Amino acid sequence: MELYLGIDVGSVSTNLVALDPEGEPYLAPLYLRTQGQPIAAIQQGLSLISDQLTGRDRVCGVGTTGSARQLAAVLVGADVVKNEISAHAVAALRMLPEARTVIEIGGQDSKIIILKDGIVVDFAMNTVCAAGTGSFLDQQAFRLNLSIDDFGTMAGQAKAPVRIAGRCTVFAESDMIHKQQMGHTLPDIIAGLCEALVRNYLNNVGKGKEIAAPVVFQGGVAANQGMRTAFARALSTEIAVPRWFNVMGAYGAALLAREKFQELSGTKFRGWQVSTVSFLPRSFECKACPNGCEVIEIRQGQEILARWGDRCGRWSIAEAETGQNSAAPARG
Amino acid sequence: MLSRLGIALVLPPPTSRKTVELGVRHAPEFACFPLKLNLGNFLEARELGADTILMAGGIGPCRFGYYAEVQREILADLHVPMEMVVLEPPAGDWGAFKAGVRSLIGGRSWWDVLKAIRFAWYKARAIDAVEAEVLYLRPRLFEPQRVEELCREALGRLDASGSRQELDHAVGEFRRTTRGLPRRSGALLRVGLVGEIFTVLEPYANYDIERHLGLLGVEVTRGIFLSEWINEHLFGGLLRVHGLEHVEELAAPYLNAFVGGHGRETVAATVHFARQHYDGVVQVAPFTCMPEIVAHSVLPAVARDQEIPTLSFYLDEQSGIAGIVTRLEAFVDLMTARRSRRGKQEAAGRKRL
Repeated sequence: MELYLGIDVGSVSTNLVALDPEGEPYLAPLYLRTQGQPIAAIQQGLSLISDQLTGRDRVCGVGTTGSARQLAAVLVGADVVKNEISAHAVAALRMLPEARTVIEIGGQDSKIIILKDGIVVDFAMNTVCAAGTGSFLDQQAFRLNLSIDDFGTMAGQAKAPVRIAGRCTVFAESDMIHKQQMGHTLPDIIAGLCEALVRNYLNNVGKGKEIAAPVVFQGGVAANQGMRTAFARALSTEIAVPRWFNVMGAYGAALLAREKFQELSGTKFRGWQVSTVSFLPRSFECKACPNGCEVIEIRQGQEILARWGDRCGRWSIAEAETGQNSAAPARG
Repeated sequence: MLSRLGIALVLPPPTSRKTVELGVRHAPEFACFPLKLNLGNFLEARELGADTILMAGGIGPCRFGYYAEVQREILADLHVPMEMVVLEPPAGDWGAFKAGVRSLIGGRSWWDVLKAIRFAWYKARAIDAVEAEVLYLRPRLFEPQRVEELCREALGRLDASGSRQELDHAVGEFRRTTRGLPRRSGALLRVGLVGEIFTVLEPYANYDIERHLGLLGVEVTRGIFLSEWINEHLFGGLLRVHGLEHVEELAAPYLNAFVGGHGRETVAATVHFARQHYDGVVQVAPFTCMPEIVAHSVLPAVARDQEIPTLSFYLDEQSGIAGIVTRLEAFVDLMTARRSRRGKQEAAGRKRL
């Protein structure tokens, strides 16, 4: 089978999707925890996939996305390196071509994408605040001794959701503790928290945007029943959650790799053995000017695969493609 | 200009991470990014031996008008003995402006001052010319780093120039060398950069937004240049400069009042770029900047009516480069898709006819 690989390396999870030539997942998508070790997570994902393949399967294209998209592209060898916003939009449109709004809430960032006639016309990402993203929900579930799955279902049992101050994550937690100590039930508090987070999202990320139906809700947080219900209530519309909601970034990256293959022959994929080689990342501070840029270097054995992090371009080598026409020239 | 008047001039080193650290340590947390950076610039200049600061003032609801005072107080609290001369826009009070200049020039004649001002003006225009050329060339070159290197050299030469001939020569030399660099072909996306002037002009404050866009293959046009600001704020708009005219008419009906800073210019420039069929507008402002927040709040209406996508950034020392680059890349994708959609529609329209 000809396969297209999508890899999304984010703050919380590292996701991999392998698509068949029709653009449908060939294997069950992988959702792994990054745990602060993107290189190990990518390698683990690759070895889990290659274990399920036969000799007749071959990779024809690779797309990477997420905050570590450059790193992933260097390690694996990618044909497409795409920002998360565009990758998510591509995947949402594949699942629901008439979608008008995409709500995406991941581990540490949240975004809104406005679509019209199948293209992105506007978008926004959270800027100064990460309240209401997956990391916070994780942390609250942990504090309440619930699994993150129970957390969502419990919100459904609420009788009268309480009002929680949701602007700041830390104050939201103080407010929840206060409401617990006042004697409110756990389901009411959790449902109240979901409503507060939805309010915060609509005010901060969705401000000034016209949110039209159909609305697609994706990203890890879309698993949360409480958040789905709160969005549906706040927007007075049904919320569509795609089947592969938690790996949509990787799905989009794989779709883009598949699209690109039709124009281009050959892939930059470096082969499955990258899951076993050891990569040596190292960082140093450049002393050439008072900026003191932190330069990051990735080596495989003696070979320097990539270097980035400097403002002036003095150190940058073999920078992977970042946009459609930005093949940043390699300098020796 | 100042060296022409026989005043020893100490230029602070280019804004760097050290500047930011110095400024942030001593400035109030809620002050805007330019105040912190300027304060850092002053302290770095002091290390190089400067004893007097020449600072521009301002009018209107923007906090900038009060900066010099705040900075003077902070420096006094730090026991840094520096004198501060504030040049206010002379629109209201020529007397104070004269006194400010007089304290600087000592016994020099006003004719010398005028000559020096004319030279300074010429220099500002030369710097703008070089920077505009970089904005034009960066997305067009196979090796954009080359033009950046040449620009750094040219700015150094401009800085050292003592006559108009030398300035002309440096600009001419820069144009000649850059003309020979190999270029790529094809249509480019065009973006207008608008917003608060310091953030627009200082690459350190805007996280090199122009450079990132340029490397993504986008031609950036600034809505405002340094020489326009000098003209408007220090010469009271006495000179005729090629810039945005009819700001008030362009900004109406979206923003009918002077909201301080460059709020109205931001709106006017957005309308201007839309009418010039630009692919998008990027607004930059320091975090908490009131005039730009007002402008930002009317931008969705402008974007809808004028059919131009906009993207706003509020920046300060807490901003992260990764989020900025992600959004710029997505904005480029958005503009590319819009343009190819528009091209298809036009082609379909021609077929029907």
